[in-house]
Amino acid sequence: MIDLLATQITLPDLITFLVAGIAVVLGALGVVLMRNPVHSALSMIMTLFAVAVLFIEQDAQFLAAVQVIVYAGAIVVLFLFVIMLLGVDKKEYLGKDKLRGQRPLAFISVLIIFVEILTLARGNWATGAKATVMSTTSPISNVEQLARAIFTTYLLPFEATSVLLIVAVVGAVVLVRRVDEKPGSAEQPKELETESEMK
Amino acid sequence: MTVPGSWYLVLSALLFSLGALGFFTRRNILIMFMSLELMLNAVNLTFVTFSRMLGDIGGQTLVFFVLVVAAAEVVVGLGIIMAIFRRRSSATADDLSIFRG
Repeated sequence: MIDLLATQITLPDLITFLVAGIAVVLGALGVVLMRNPVHSALSMIMTLFAVAVLFIEQDAQFLAAVQVIVYAGAIVVLFLFVIMLLGVDKKEYLGKDKLRGQRPLAFISVLIIFVEILTLARGNWATGAKATVMSTTSPISNVEQLARAIFTTYLLPFEATSVLLIVAVVGAVVLVRRVDEKPGSAEQPKELETESEMK
Repeated sequence: MTVPGSWYLVLSALLFSLGALGFFTRRNILIMFMSLELMLNAVNLTFVTFSRMLGDIGGQTLVFFVLVVAAAEVVVGLGIIMAIFRRRSSATADDLSIFRG
């Protein structure tokens, strides 16, 4: 508590951070540990929403709104649609790993990643020059700052993302299209036959 | 004054680790994909924190682009999962070894 008083953290900020942080971790644990994929997707909504709260806490209001609309709204709904289409198979294969010792290795390497991040930082979290232009401390609002940055400095990447989105839409349509020339042979696509022949 | 940025960075390191753990240990390909989203979110949180610590809007701009790329990635990834599932009728990642030479 002495440390908190020394850094002058106000109580509402602290409570917001703690509640949102706990929600982030619990949601992530839910995604990893839940058996039912639907429950995992719902836990992910909790994490995404708590991250949006942390965005607001750090004066990134526009990104918080986009996070809720795009992630918690669109992406999770897309996940749920696919889960429903595929059918919820609660039985996950829990037998032997194909790659021997994959799970213990995963635990060890993840622990190494976490400890390494914390060790490398060692109290020196953000190095580099403070920004002089487009400072987040200027009086203009966050949305206007972001708009100015995107539509002037980052205009070319912004245009490139529109191309990327078109490519993604076309790719998705091509991927889920059924491959049949005749409408009657919809149950037996060609690739399936060749695959069964290979077996 | 608000909570120091290092707390946010520790939190996002934890979120990233949990995402990586889910990606490595789960077999259901959809949950592996969700863990990937968790890792992307951890990185987004890091960018916003650096944006506040350095007083630079560039970090938030980068998060904007990461969101667009994540949306495109989810669309294509779920399309691929649907295409695989139509062939194999299984959502377990270990079964997908048809590319093995």
